[in-house]
Amino acid sequence: MIFTIENIASMVLGGVAAGMVLFIVSVGLSVTMGLMGFVNLAHGAFAMLGGYIIVLSMRHLGVGFIPALAIGFVMTAAVSIVFERVLYSRLYKAGELDQVLFTIGLAFVFIAALTVFIGPENQPLTLPPELRGQLDLGIVQYRTYSIFLIIVGVAIVIALWLGFERTRFGAQIRAAVDNRRMAESLGINIDRLFAITFGFGSGMAALGGGLGAEFLGLDPQYALKYLVFFLIVVAVGGAGSIVGVFCASLIIGVLDFVLKKYLPQGGTLFIYALTILLLLWRPQGLFGKPS
Amino acid sequence: MMKRILAATAALAISASLASAQEVKVGVNLPYTGIGAEFAQLIDRGMELYLKLNADKVKPYSIKLIKRDAKNPAGNDSRVATQELLTQDNVDILAGWVYSPNAIASAPVVTAGKKLAVIMNAGTAHITNMSPYYVRTSFSMWHSGYPMGEAAAKQLGAKTAVVGYTDFPPGKDELAAFKRAFEGSGGKVIDEIPMGGAGAVPDFTPFFQRAKDKKPDVFFVFIPAGDHAAAVVKTYGALGMREAGIKLIGPGDITQDTKLQAMGDAAVGLITMHHYHADLDNAENKRFVAAWKKEYGANTTPDFMAIGGYDGMALIVHIVQQLKGKIDGDKAIAAAKTFKSNSPRGPFSIDPETRDIVMNAYLSEVVKGKDGKLSQKVLSTTPNVKDPCKALKVPPCG
Repeated sequence: MIFTIENIASMVLGGVAAGMVLFIVSVGLSVTMGLMGFVNLAHGAFAMLGGYIIVLSMRHLGVGFIPALAIGFVMTAAVSIVFERVLYSRLYKAGELDQVLFTIGLAFVFIAALTVFIGPENQPLTLPPELRGQLDLGIVQYRTYSIFLIIVGVAIVIALWLGFERTRFGAQIRAAVDNRRMAESLGINIDRLFAITFGFGSGMAALGGGLGAEFLGLDPQYALKYLVFFLIVVAVGGAGSIVGVFCASLIIGVLDFVLKKYLPQGGTLFIYALTILLLLWRPQGLFGKPS
Repeated sequence: MMKRILAATAALAISASLASAQEVKVGVNLPYTGIGAEFAQLIDRGMELYLKLNADKVKPYSIKLIKRDAKNPAGNDSRVATQELLTQDNVDILAGWVYSPNAIASAPVVTAGKKLAVIMNAGTAHITNMSPYYVRTSFSMWHSGYPMGEAAAKQLGAKTAVVGYTDFPPGKDELAAFKRAFEGSGGKVIDEIPMGGAGAVPDFTPFFQRAKDKKPDVFFVFIPAGDHAAAVVKTYGALGMREAGIKLIGPGDITQDTKLQAMGDAAVGLITMHHYHADLDNAENKRFVAAWKKEYGANTTPDFMAIGGYDGMALIVHIVQQLKGKIDGDKAIAAAKTFKSNSPRGPFSIDPETRDIVMNAYLSEVVKGKDGKLSQKVLSTTPNVKDPCKALKVPPCG
């Protein structure tokens, strides 16, 4: 195999773009896990719900791509806050097995509901013409949408990092992640914090569901199909760390792309094997704090 | 009192046996949930449409469909469904099977159950050898792969090809068929890329990037239709492979009728080899497509899966009539071997030696009409193709 600049550039761009989708979906999962210690296996279902809202509102209401993303974010966040207040909040003190059973059951309900009301088939995302085709970057021509995803992903990670590190709300989340009881005794309204963070995380998942539909497709099985990948990203990056999730997404995105390209026989085997090795070495993930 | 009970029991028994002579129970094994759900719906609709349009051909018998969920392409659940259809529902005939692994896993159960089993999709060539009770009304992968290999070298003038395939039995079969014919006609397969399993649609970008780097004349792709197909054409367009001079070719799975319009301009110029698409120009097909749209909606279309169900039901009705509603596995197989019909796909018969189908293969190109709609134009027809895998005795077929 000859490595040309074009070769390497296309691999990096393809892998990073895939990683960005992973990041956008997984960041909410990581924060809820770090903040609430809650294993939300229905996270993929919220990503799917958001994706459906985005794709269907574009198709049936004639909304543009960017406004549709905003609608998907807001509606999914709103729905998830209702779920959080009515259902999730009852299980915060329950055992992990109860939480896992509840959330996986919820994912199945989403799958069945979408199959019944929308249908079992894939919902194709129709990109606006500006995002289709190829873009000439000088050294290499690459698909425009991948480059768009990379720009969006970088913008999101910068915004999230600033929000997390530089705002009062971010400080409250960090305080609650580090020591929940101390944060509560300092007068932080933990219930409100949880609800908002949960809604925000689900909204991000919705964005990821819509943005990633071009690569990952969108059908009722989405809720479970990619869940393993989202969980791997959180496990590798460390729960509750935005930078950790970002780096883990990029590493997994690029590695998966390169391995699939050069060793297609192995399939996804390598990613799982590498994850096992990494977790044996650092059970808390690359950027997580040891518990 | 005792006499009356006896008489009543006897009357019941007689009426039950009469009912079983009138009503034939067909057990359907399809993935009604999960990734194959839309395929199951297409085959279901094909079967039901045949029964609706040909009610007079079924009389005086009636056909009852008993459906069980095969769930996924893994085999186990489908095997359980086959077993339950035989032992709990006591069906007279089995039908269905979208995925090859499911038909492969069900084969021993079908053999033990001694009931005719009509395969309406699963296309791995050697499946019909796995049970003497299997009859196929869909296709073998070699029906498309082999003629496509010849056409790629002779009609498209390709010297080099890269093959990308979904890594499960029919994918390997399609690769073997294409490679044998293409290399036999002077071409060279320069790379073979397994592209993940059938259970989920992967991101095709890395695989297609690899194919693009190899710069072949044609890129032959097999995927199990459906969402895989939409993703294939999208990725082909987005990576600029056409501009790089690489033609995308394959069996009709890559241009499944139900997905074609959503593929957009990226699909224009794709060349496929297949036994059916909804644009075939014959009177039987025009009637079939019109009836389909009337029944299921103007925005729906039949496709190669629907025709597998439709022709499969035609075969079942033929057998029910031949055997006068009393279905026995061995007699049913004998009756199946005499089946010939004028199907929407063209002339159709069952090869008495292999219990596999004999039919035309059409080389087609996707074109865009003035109304902006995509359709498939037949470039040439190879008549009456018998499964080449068995004709050439390629292991494990021969």
